[in-house]
Amino acid sequence: MSATEPLLKVRGVETYYGKIIALKGVDLDVFEGEIVTLIGANGAGKSTLMMTVCGTPQARNGSIVYAGEDITLKPTYEIMRTGIAQSPEGRRIFPRMSVLENLMMGGMVAGNDHFEDDLKKAFDLFPRLRERKNQRGGTLSGGEQQMLAIARALMSRPRLLLLDEPSLGLAPIIVKQIFEAINELNKNDGLTVFLVEQNAYHALKLAHRGYVMVNGVITMTGTGKELLSREEVKAAYLEGGRH
Amino acid sequence: MQAVKKPSLLESSLKDAAGGALVTLALAAVMIGMKVDVASGRGAELFIEYRWFAVAMAVVVVFAGRLVMNLFFWRTDNSVAAAVSGLMPKSKAGSGLGAALKPLLLIVAIALPFALMFWLGARGSRQYIDLAILVTTYVMLGWGLNIVVGLAGLLDLGYVAFYAVGAYSYALLAQYFGFSFWICLPLAGILAAFWGIILGFPVLRLRGDYLAIVTLAFGEIIRVVLLNWYEFTGGPDGISGIPRPTFFGLEFTRGEGGFADFFGLDYSSIHRIIFLYYLILIMALMTNFVTMRLRRMPIGRAWEALREDEIACRSLGINTTNTKLTAFALGAMFGGFAGSFFATRQGFISPESFTFIESAVILAIVVLGGLGSQIGVVIASIFMIGGFEFFREFEEYRMLVFGLLMVVIMVWKPRGLVSTRAPSVSLSKSAKGISADLVQEGHG
Repeated sequence: MSATEPLLKVRGVETYYGKIIALKGVDLDVFEGEIVTLIGANGAGKSTLMMTVCGTPQARNGSIVYAGEDITLKPTYEIMRTGIAQSPEGRRIFPRMSVLENLMMGGMVAGNDHFEDDLKKAFDLFPRLRERKNQRGGTLSGGEQQMLAIARALMSRPRLLLLDEPSLGLAPIIVKQIFEAINELNKNDGLTVFLVEQNAYHALKLAHRGYVMVNGVITMTGTGKELLSREEVKAAYLEGGRH
Repeated sequence: MQAVKKPSLLESSLKDAAGGALVTLALAAVMIGMKVDVASGRGAELFIEYRWFAVAMAVVVVFAGRLVMNLFFWRTDNSVAAAVSGLMPKSKAGSGLGAALKPLLLIVAIALPFALMFWLGARGSRQYIDLAILVTTYVMLGWGLNIVVGLAGLLDLGYVAFYAVGAYSYALLAQYFGFSFWICLPLAGILAAFWGIILGFPVLRLRGDYLAIVTLAFGEIIRVVLLNWYEFTGGPDGISGIPRPTFFGLEFTRGEGGFADFFGLDYSSIHRIIFLYYLILIMALMTNFVTMRLRRMPIGRAWEALREDEIACRSLGINTTNTKLTAFALGAMFGGFAGSFFATRQGFISPESFTFIESAVILAIVVLGGLGSQIGVVIASIFMIGGFEFFREFEEYRMLVFGLLMVVIMVWKPRGLVSTRAPSVSLSKSAKGISADLVQEGHG
């Protein structure tokens, strides 16, 4: 694979919910080792794009290529075995299973060989989870649940981590912790991260590059810094949220 | 708030009860008090029969009933429902008991026939061993269904279909090909599992209520087919003369070459009953063993995860269709085993044994026991099936008691008798079961 070829290449993707079009031809690249963020308002189609990458729903037109392989029409469970991991919107941890069991579920695809190492790594990243390893997932706080969701996704040893709104409903200090963890993963392990966020300020500060989505179309792209300084972005996604 | 004087509990209850009695009087005076009848012998003349005593009875009953309800349930802060749950053992105590309960139950189960024989003799113990066989059959069915409903979270209202498939598989294979029980047992299980997969493929895309309705329909379809395919299954006449199981080739018959003869015992029909008891006990324990082992394996954990959150499962790379199918097929297989045991025990089967009420009873056992709890299924089976049999003399009140029990349990323990889920894996020894009381349904 040449250096210019992106790890994840989304081209002209159109996704429908029944007759309603949610994505109207989206182009997006994520290069190896990058943190790329996608920001936009509610209902812009951010999560839909992420879910389309994962194969539910599948794109009606266009193509999604991951590591040189077309995954557009693959079933979800196969896509999630190619080195893509996802922390879905709303966390979706298994509430009645213990933290450890949640992590084991995450590691199912990777098999047993590295489980102990991966578990140690996950606990080092989020020490809170180590304290609560035998606790039921549903009894964790929101922030801990988010940490668990990310840790669970990491257990499959992904090359590309998809994060859907990890800051949702969390206190600013926890958001900071989680974003620091993402940054750490990217810096130390070279993990590629595709981050969907409403919290535009934090996301753009963290990301190397960003995309802005409006009504199912990418309207702007640039480095995180560039986008942060753009007047349109400020007006639409930053100032409004910081009263 | 103290400014308005609150009428005392007794006063307000009396007032309310009196009001209720008055309404009853008004209604009963017309509806009960006067009965129009046709006078016989006087040219079919109509006349009114007055029954004031019955009216008085009705009024008294309503007054007393309402008073009691007011005093103890509706108007008081510490209602009887709370008092009842206060009397019941706390779940903490239950879990401590649980550790000792399992081996204790196992010992009791193993020793049961001999204990009964010792105390009651062969003749007296027969009916109790029969009852124990019945209860154990339901334990096995409950454990089988627990895989589908309790672990994988797929609501199956037609579980009896697989029970029927197992029973008819054995009966028909024995009838047409003369196969013995031991050959048919695995075949019946495989056939039931096969039917589980056949049903599973199209319907497992459905969830919750929709799945429940389709499985309910499937259960009925199997029964109706068995009922109407007269040439093959004998329809409502059923199949009789199903061969009895043998003990390593030894039949339980009188005379030479039989079980009693081989071991030098006096022939007694109780031998066969005891043999059947141990047979179903072993089959049930196998079911339990397999389930418990699978729960600790990735597939079992995937079932439980699937029950919790299907979308999350898919995003973790789990093939949800296959996972559901394995749960469905495995549950069906154990249902099939139990069915073929049922056939060999009864010696006669007909579609009447596989009605919807059977599915409902098995599901009730699983739900009352606590979804996913193995020991809960045992306790629920003993209470429900044992209770059914003990109340057999009060035939008409049986369902009443059953319904009342259900209500009491659902008030007292809304998530079943054993609602604590022990993690299938833990890193430290101090890992405890997580009581369901701590977590609300739907909120994790």
